[in-house]
Order: sequence, then structure tokens, then C-alpha cells
Amino acid sequence: MAIALSILSVTPAAGCGGAGGGPGTSGTLTLYSAQHEGPTNALVKAFERQTGASVQVRFGADDELASQIAAEGSVSPADVFLAENSPPLTLLAEKGLLAKLASSTLARVPTKYNSPSGDWVGVAARETALIYDPRQVAPGQLPHSILDLAQPAWRGRLAIAPAEPDFQPVVAAVSKLDGEAAAERWLTGFQSNAKRYNDNEGIVAAVEHGQVAVGVVNHYYWYRLAQEVGFARMRSRLYYFGHGDPGALVDVSGAGVLRSSRRQSLAQRFVAFLVSSAGERALVRSGDWEYPLGSGVAPAPGLEPFDHLEAPSVAPADLGDGHVALGLLQRAGLL
Amino acid sequence: MRSPAPVGPEATFEATAERDDSWAGRIFRVRGGRHKRAPRGLVAGAAAVAVVALLPLGFVVDQAVSVGLGQAERLLIRPLVGTLLVNTVLLTVTATAAATVLGIGVAWLVERTDLPGRRLWAVLAALPITVPAFVTSYSWVSLTPAVQGFWGAALIVTLAYYPLIYLPVAAVLRGMDPALEESARTLGLGPWRTFLRVTLPQAKLAVLGGALLVAVHLLAEYGAFAMLRFQTFTTAIYDEYRLSFDGPAASMLATVLVALCLALLLFELRLRGRARYARVGAGAARQAERLRLGRMTPIALVGFGALIGVALGLPLVTLGYWLVRGASTSFPLGSLAGTAGTALELGLGAAALTTALALPVSILVVRYPGRLATTLERSTYFAYALPGIVIALALIIISVNVMQPLYQTTMLLLVAYALLFLPLALVAVRAALAQAAPALEENARALGAPPWRVLVRVTLPLIAPGLGAAAALVFLSTITELTATLLLAPIGTQTLATRFWSDASSFAYGAAAPYAALMVALSAPPTYILTRKLGAFEARSSK
Repeated sequence: MAIALSILSVTPAAGCGGAGGGPGTSGTLTLYSAQHEGPTNALVKAFERQTGASVQVRFGADDELASQIAAEGSVSPADVFLAENSPPLTLLAEKGLLAKLASSTLARVPTKYNSPSGDWVGVAARETALIYDPRQVAPGQLPHSILDLAQPAWRGRLAIAPAEPDFQPVVAAVSKLDGEAAAERWLTGFQSNAKRYNDNEGIVAAVEHGQVAVGVVNHYYWYRLAQEVGFARMRSRLYYFGHGDPGALVDVSGAGVLRSSRRQSLAQRFVAFLVSSAGERALVRSGDWEYPLGSGVAPAPGLEPFDHLEAPSVAPADLGDGHVALGLLQRAGLL
Repeated sequence: MRSPAPVGPEATFEATAERDDSWAGRIFRVRGGRHKRAPRGLVAGAAAVAVVALLPLGFVVDQAVSVGLGQAERLLIRPLVGTLLVNTVLLTVTATAAATVLGIGVAWLVERTDLPGRRLWAVLAALPITVPAFVTSYSWVSLTPAVQGFWGAALIVTLAYYPLIYLPVAAVLRGMDPALEESARTLGLGPWRTFLRVTLPQAKLAVLGGALLVAVHLLAEYGAFAMLRFQTFTTAIYDEYRLSFDGPAASMLATVLVALCLALLLFELRLRGRARYARVGAGAARQAERLRLGRMTPIALVGFGALIGVALGLPLVTLGYWLVRGASTSFPLGSLAGTAGTALELGLGAAALTTALALPVSILVVRYPGRLATTLERSTYFAYALPGIVIALALIIISVNVMQPLYQTTMLLLVAYALLFLPLALVAVRAALAQAAPALEENARALGAPPWRVLVRVTLPLIAPGLGAAAALVFLSTITELTATLLLAPIGTQTLATRFWSDASSFAYGAAAPYAALMVALSAPPTYILTRKLGAFEARSSK
């Protein structure tokens, strides 16, 4: 035990000085980011260049970081949380952990992509889409609506990732547009038709390899895979439902300032930068394939134009913190 | 520090002395009550380790109790729960049984037969442990979707974790007194029966210890099962976090894992109980006669080749493919060196801390066996059965509320690793202690050395190879750990595993591959140490 104790007492000194409790060096902002690393780093670098401030980042998934911030409570080292989806931000806002954002920041993004109470702002968007293998499904056979995929004709040919935070909003959208009973019937159909994958990456890889005919994903996973293996070599294709279908839902990645932050003005400045034209352009240039939401910046060439997507009129605010959709998924036996 | 182990008559004497203590001595204690009492400091040390190891369990129970009845009903009485329970139990049983058979078979071929190239095979057969399970699973899935589902998952985790049984069993076989087997053969038992009735019972404790590690680990396995689309309680716990960010609800589910772990611990104790007086430890100091494989040689070689090909070759080929074909492939030397350095530092730190914490518990359970020792030792297993995210969140809440300055320091991360991997270190240290003759310690004490000096001058040098093996096992696991590292590392800290995860989760497989390759490369030396040092006490004696 003596040895153990001596290690215990030595290590903190040897360890990194990044402890959360102490007052950080002035001008250093702490960002918790659930966004992918490439785009996050691009945003951070652009901000540091513009302001001279420095930013340190903790990466993790939405769930990990949201749980972590909730556990840290009022002593959280985080100043800003950049989430991949809106429900974790809504959850933290419900717990009173987010500060109100400056109205000038919120004004840079169309209102429907922001928190109605001004707790967080939409930064980037992803479109729900159907990835399909043209050798198994001719373009003429593609379903009109995501609801059609619940029909017996798709048994064993459909891939979904019910535990992926991107899928839950689609459930919420169906429930909002067609009612909870319809949503329940639809999910029962999915329960018997769908092969269950752990995440969007798994679905995209499976459809690309012809292991399953179609899959519900976010558009940018296809673009990322295409970027890695080469667009010309992709076998799979993307199909957008459009016409206000719940399957054409837009998912919003947003950012908020922690109420416990002791660097409020710097944090507010960072979030304002994210939705400024400089910030959004940095995001587009990072090769992330998301749609920028702020300051009217145009998306990367090669993407379907944002206004062609004909998304349904379901806002992040309608999704809440996701508990309704979770209940539906669990009752259907998908989770 | 000590003279080379005695050979010839002296060795017999030493072995006799040890045997005296390990069973006759024990019987004497039971009858006569000349009970050897554990020093208070030792008990206190072991108890302190056990209490720390139980913290996550306490957290889980506390959170689970806070979940309301309605919520508990939503979680535990839903259509999927039956599937989860059946999946978890069936897979744990199947894969553990398969890994046990495979582990024993490989150990026997390498240690007890004239298999050509056995020294090379001995190392190669341990190497699958160096490839992170998520890399292995990805390779398989990209090769064929047929591996998704129960049998694929069982196959892949069997191939990934059988070294946890192979390594300790090989060590015991290497150090076993050949006289017993020889007597059996002389008395007319065939080689197969000798193996079943004499050799195997001798290796029983090693087999059970390894199998317990595999089984408990499978309860908490996430990466491989997620990739293989196989749902267990652990994947369901992660799903619950992903969608509801609800710690208490996830803890509620984790209590099921705790119950399963408890069942495994009690079951193993029961099996072990009957073996209590079996002879463990070094015997006469010489190598056993190797069985001639004869016409079976080609079959054994083909089997070994196939095993290494699927368990090791396939993931490595996949990594190579990514490196060559991926558009994002690059070798950022600074980042590679930096993350490798951090991984090395954390791996060594965790290895040292965990081995040190395992020491008092191991000494207590080997030298002063009894109900208290067993309870303290067993309580360290629960954290091993819990998913990384549960441990990490428990430590966040505990440190934020009680030890704020420690939060997000390297220190806390090392404690998390120690909690996660303590059973690995325990198994190795315990085995080494069981094989080190207590007579040497007793002589030193009789000559007036105080207990601490006996520990430093006699016990530690005797079990040094076991400490090395424990450290190597913990190092291997730390290098590939992901969840606790992401949540608890000091901000900005990047390890090979977190870099790999970050690139691979955005399809940048080419960029991810060098980090995975480095993980494997860093893990190779400790694995080599494991094949040589686990049980090296006898190997040295037998020179």
C-alpha cells in the first residue's frame, strides 16, 4: 500500500495541469465539442486567428458530453457546448445549465433552427436521406415517403440505426405530422422490416457493399465515405424524399454557452463567431459536408441546394429532449 | 538478490516445504487453530483497495434506486429486454467456453508437444490481444456481413480474448511438476487420459481465473458488439445514454450486469472450491517430456496457421489496406509521436498503479486465505463488468462533488484505469504469489526481518515476473481504452485510441490506420513479456 500511496501522491504533479477547477489562463476558452474533429478544429483555428484568444477542446459524443456537463453541474470547466444534435442542448437548457445567447447571434440564423427560448443557436444542418444500392433498387422503385418503408415489400431490405441520435428526430417528426398512433404503426412495420445497425456509418458501409438495399441516414455520411474512397467509385446513391415528408427532416447541430462559465463574454463571442460568415465559411471549407445555417453562407458545391430539400415544417423545438420518440422506439421493440 | 533456484535434492526439499504449508499446513491450522493472522496493515490496505474498487458499484446502485417505478418499468419490462438477457447470457457462456477450449488447446500444443516452431507460435498466439476489438470487428464486417449476429459475435470475441486463458494456462503447464504426469503414464494411463485426469486438474485454477476474466469482460464489451450488430445489456446501456442522456436509467440497466457478474463470481468460487487443496506451484525443477505429435503435426500446424490468420492476420491486412487505399492516409509525425507518447505514459502509469493496488489484495488472498480475503478480492471484479461510460460518470460525479481538484487530471484517469483493470493485475500477481514458496518469507521473518523488509527484499523479487505480467496486461488494456479516456483525460489529451476513434468515426480510415498500427506496435513488447514472464518463476528454476 505504501507503494500505491507514493504513486498517488506523485502523479498529480506529473500530470497535465488541465484540471477543471482552477481559474484557467485568461483568454483560454474551454469548448466541449460533439462535432467531428475536422470541422471543430477548423472553427477553432479561424476563431483563434481572428481574436487572438486560445481555445481548448474536449471531444466526445453528444451523450457523453451532455451527461458529463449535467454531472459537472455548476462547476463545469466547459464554457461552450457544440452539439451534433439539438436534444442534448434542449436537455441542458431544461436543467437551467445554459445562458441566454445575445440576440444579435440568434438573429444570424433563421428562427426555426434556434432554441425558441434563446438558449442555443443552430450552426449547421444535415438532411435525412435514403441511401440505396442501385443494383438492388431501381430509381423508379424508390418509396414516395419514409412511411412506405414500413410496408412488407421492404422486409429485410431496410437498414436503420434506431439508437443513433439522428433517427430519433425522424420518429418525433412522424409523430408530430401524422400523430402518435400512426408513428407507432409505422415503427411496428420497421421492427419487422429493418436490419438494425449501430450507427449511420455502419448503414452507409453496408449499403455501399450491397449487404442491404436501402438505409435511412443523414446525407453527409455518404459524402464523407465518397470523399475517402472517391466519388467515382461509389456504388450507392442518395435519395431525398422532399415534399415535406418526415423523411426529409433537417437535423440541427447547435451551440450554447454554459451558465456556469466564468468567461461569459469570450464564450458569447465564440458562439457568435460560429454563425458569422467567417465561421460558417470555415465550416464549409473543412470538408464536413454540412449545410451552414448562419449569415447566408452557401454550402459546399456538390451538395443538393438547401432550398431544394423541401424539409417538413418540424423545428428542433418540436423535438424537445427526445423522450417521446424514445418511448415510441422502446414500445416498438426497436430499443 | 537470491541464489539461483536449487536443483536436485534441494529442490525436492523446497517443494516439500511448500507443500507442507499449502495443504498439510492448512489442515493443521484448521484443526489446531494455530491460525496465521494477517498483519493489520495488509488487511487495511486490501480493504482500502476494495472500497475504492466498489465506488462505481455504489454509484450504480444509488442511481438505480433513485429511478422511479414507472421509469424502471419502461426500462425493464419492454419487448427488447428478454432478447437482451438471452443474448448477454448465451453469448457470455458460449464465447467463454469456446475461448477456454481454444486457450487450453493452444497452451498444450505450445508447451507440451514437439510442435515445430513452437516458440514463435507461443508469441503469435498471444498477439491477437494487441489488436483492439473494434478494429478486429470492423475488419470482419467489411469482409463479410455474415459475421453479424450471434455466431459471428461469439466467434470474434472468442478469437479476441482466448489469450487471457491461453497465457496463464501455458504458464502453469510450463512450471508444472512433470513427475505427476510421468507417474500417471507409468501406471498405464494413455496420453489423453493423463491430460484430462492429471494435467488439466493441475491447471484448473489458471483456467478458471482466465475464464472468469473473459466472462466478466464480455458482460461489459461494447465496441465489438456494436460493430457486429449484436445487442447485449451493455449496448443497451450505451443506447440509453445516446438517446436520453439519462444516467439513472442507464444505471438501472447496469444493475442487471452487476447481478450477472455476481453470479459468475459465485459460480467460479464454487468450481474453485473443490480445487482448494490441489497442489499449485512449482515442482521439481525440470522440463516435462514433450509429446511427439507425429502424423498429427501437419494438422496442428494448419490449425495454428488458420488461427493466427483469422485472429491476427485479417485485422492487420485490413489496416494495411486502409493505409494503402484510403484518400485520407497521412503520417502526421508530430501527432503520431505525441499521441503515442501520451498513450505510453498513461499505459505505464496505469500499469504501475494497478499492479501496486493489486499487491495487498493478492498477498492477503494467497497467504491468508479466508472469507474476508475472498470477499475483498471478489469485490474488485464488479467494475470490470460495468461499461466504461458508467465507471467514467461515477468518477466524474464523485470527483466533482468530493475531490474537485482531482477532476480531469491524469491522476483521476489513472484511478479509472486501475478500477477498470484491477482483476487483470490480480490474476497475474496472485498466480506468481501462489508459486513463490512462503518458506523463504518465513525464514526471513524468523531471522528477524520486519514485515516490510521481507516484502521488499524477499517477496517482491520472488514475484517480479508476475508483477511484470500484471503490468503488461494492464498496459495492453489501457492502450486501447476509449470511453473513460474521452471523458476523464485532462482536456486536450489525445491518445492513440481517441485519435483512431475520431478518424474512423468520420470514415477517414486511411487517417485512422497509422494510429491503430501504432497501438498494435506498442502492445507487441508487453505481449512478448507476457509469453515469457507469466509463470517465469519456474521457467527460471528449470534452466
